[in-house]
Amino acid sequence: MLEISNLIKRYGRDEPVLKGLDLTVEGNSVVSIVGASGAGKSTMLRCINRLVEPTSGSIKLNGTELVTLRHAELRRARRKIGMVFQGFNLIDRLTVMENVLAGRLGYVNLFQAITRRYPAADIERAFVLMERVGIAHYANKRADELSGGERQRVGVVRALMQEPEVLLADEPTASLDPRTSEQIMVLLQSLASELSLPVLINIHNVAQARTYTDRIVGLRHGTMIFDGIPSDFDKDALDAIYGGIEAPEDEPAPPAEEVHDGHA
Amino acid sequence: MATPEHEESAIPRTWRKPPFIANPLVRYGLLVVLVAYLIWAFGSLPFNWERISEGLPRAARIFGGGFPPTLSRFDLLLTGFTESLQIAIMATLLGVLLSVPFAVMAARNIAPLPIYLLGRAVIIISRSFHPVIVAILFVAAVGFGPLAGILTLTLYSIGFVGKLLAEEIEEIDWGQVEAMRSTGAGYLATLYYAVFPQILPRQVGLSMYQLDSNLRASAVVGIVGAGGIGSTLMNAFGRYDYDFAFAILLVIIAVILASEGVSGWVRKKIW
Amino acid sequence: MVDDADLLADRVWRRHNPKQQLIRYGVMLLTLMVVVWAVRDIDIFWPWVWDAPNQISSLGARMWPPDPSRLGEIVDAMIETVHIATLATMLTIFIALPVSYIAAQNTTPNRACLWLGRFILVSSRSVNTIIWALLFVAIFGPGVLAGILAIMFRSVGFIGKLMGEAIEEIDRRPVEAMEATGASKAKVIAYAVVPQVMPAFFAIVILRWDINIRESTVLGLVGAGGIGVILQGSIDTFAWPTVATILIAIIALVLVGEAITGLLRRKVL
Repeated sequence: MLEISNLIKRYGRDEPVLKGLDLTVEGNSVVSIVGASGAGKSTMLRCINRLVEPTSGSIKLNGTELVTLRHAELRRARRKIGMVFQGFNLIDRLTVMENVLAGRLGYVNLFQAITRRYPAADIERAFVLMERVGIAHYANKRADELSGGERQRVGVVRALMQEPEVLLADEPTASLDPRTSEQIMVLLQSLASELSLPVLINIHNVAQARTYTDRIVGLRHGTMIFDGIPSDFDKDALDAIYGGIEAPEDEPAPPAEEVHDGHA
Repeated sequence: MATPEHEESAIPRTWRKPPFIANPLVRYGLLVVLVAYLIWAFGSLPFNWERISEGLPRAARIFGGGFPPTLSRFDLLLTGFTESLQIAIMATLLGVLLSVPFAVMAARNIAPLPIYLLGRAVIIISRSFHPVIVAILFVAAVGFGPLAGILTLTLYSIGFVGKLLAEEIEEIDWGQVEAMRSTGAGYLATLYYAVFPQILPRQVGLSMYQLDSNLRASAVVGIVGAGGIGSTLMNAFGRYDYDFAFAILLVIIAVILASEGVSGWVRKKIW
Repeated sequence: MVDDADLLADRVWRRHNPKQQLIRYGVMLLTLMVVVWAVRDIDIFWPWVWDAPNQISSLGARMWPPDPSRLGEIVDAMIETVHIATLATMLTIFIALPVSYIAAQNTTPNRACLWLGRFILVSSRSVNTIIWALLFVAIFGPGVLAGILAIMFRSVGFIGKLMGEAIEEIDRRPVEAMEATGASKAKVIAYAVVPQVMPAFFAIVILRWDINIRESTVLGLVGAGGIGVILQGSIDTFAWPTVATILIAIIALVLVGEAITGLLRRKVL
């Protein structure tokens, strides 16, 4: 169970990006978070695994408070939070298998990590998961030789390798063509129920959010203005979230990229 | 959590990272070659351990004598630097001017084959020799002093600028040359009107770069007697004047950094 | 973009043109003055300059024909030269990598390390190999150790600076992904940084090895081992035909070195 309460994030002295969010996600529900660009979706997701430091508030995963963790404790907590990225964030020059096994980095020691001598159970798990998503035959291919949809499957498997207790997906389909992005959404939906895993998906495509998720959360300017089941997400809700804002076609890169590289 | 291990699967599989070099013979062969090379190299090099073991006290003496660096002979330092600067300026000027004919000779698209080979040979030879070797030869030919330095760095500039310029000429827009030829212009007129305008901007940038590069090199060629601050440094070292030598060294570093900054700034302005 | 548009506007263009022209003439005049100053002020005995072509051609004549009698000795010294360059390049890697790590903005542990790293790189790069050699010959005496150390001390700055830039240019996203898995800093580097800078690393080391081959041919002139020792000895004894042989050997070595680096680049990259 993931419990977020009164989460605030403010960059420098600007107006807060997140203004006291409360959100509880239980069981194996798939929750989509919709909102315009800059509404704080990415920031919220990154606050959960502390890629972004929350300014204040509380985030609890199965009873463990995440906001106050430091160093090794934080890394141990992160192992339980899988994350799937918009840009896949694979290591292009490594093989698919190495990328997948990288999901175990929080568990193995440094020597095992560098020499790629992962425990047999990890390798078995990697093969099983890769077969589940249909990329096992690419194990020894370099990650940059795969197509976009295949690369995102690698990203999903890497996150699942962590044996996560919650899965975060930040615009997982925004870099994919419509057909492939449907496939990824189906995959996330079915994995959630197979592994009884709560999944939080930042998504732009409202139609996909309606079709593939159990619950929709709408953010606007860092405040939650909708929380309900897809059938309640009507025109009014849509207007409330996107109203007055140009319906965005191209989502800008998440904050971490904006800061560090312009060529993303 | 329904772990995937419970799913139907074959016998536990193994996976090893595919090795960097697929052929095991080549892989281990390279390793053996490397180890053998290291043994050979270290074994064959004449290390004078007795002399080396005296190194620490000597280092202490040198650095002890070197600190604090002194600028007591500031006029000598200034003279050396002025000379270095003059050497660099004249060598850059001569080198940049002379590099043009050699670059034309070494550009395959506008030079006939025998001329091309000659031009390439000059450029390859002047690039093969470290300026210090060239300097020592010029010192032997024309005596100690800045003249040897200027000749050395001129040759060095011809090699460097000539090579880049020749590549630039080989990539020019050929249409302009054809246009000139069609008006009945001769070879030199074609060069002047169709080729040089295309390479001029690059040449100006290269000159700035080369001035900076020559200033650095002029500090070095002086060590073998070709004038400039290098000669001053060498003299200070030879007289065990370590405090002055370190002062010169620090000033060289400062000047090089400044010159790098200025040259970079000018090139950015031009482009 | 907006500035360009402004420049294109007629009014702005006309106003700037005379100014640019003025700057242009100013720069030309300044260059001319500097050159005149350099020519008039430099400490050169001009009759020697007019005699220089004669002197140079007479030196050339004395070199011909090259004397191959000491070829065995020269080949040995050439091998020593290559050893100095190769060993120094290999050893440099172990120093340059940690330095580039602390000198790259995105991996440095803290600001003190960043400035320490930059200081090491700048001081290494600003002192020429032969000046380093001078220093090490004074400390450890003449010989190959001084040569190896000189090449190393210069190469650290070169390799370190370029590697630092390669590290700064990596794609941040895999780093973020590795951090999200709960990997420690060392593991993040091993997985997200190292694979990304690997190609740059090979290219830089090969490039530096090529440069070091050239540099190590002159170390001997200040007593730091290699072919330069014989070259200096032959010049001191006016054995010009031997000098010619050595020069030919150096050209051959440099060309072979270039061929090998070309081959390595194609194979490895």
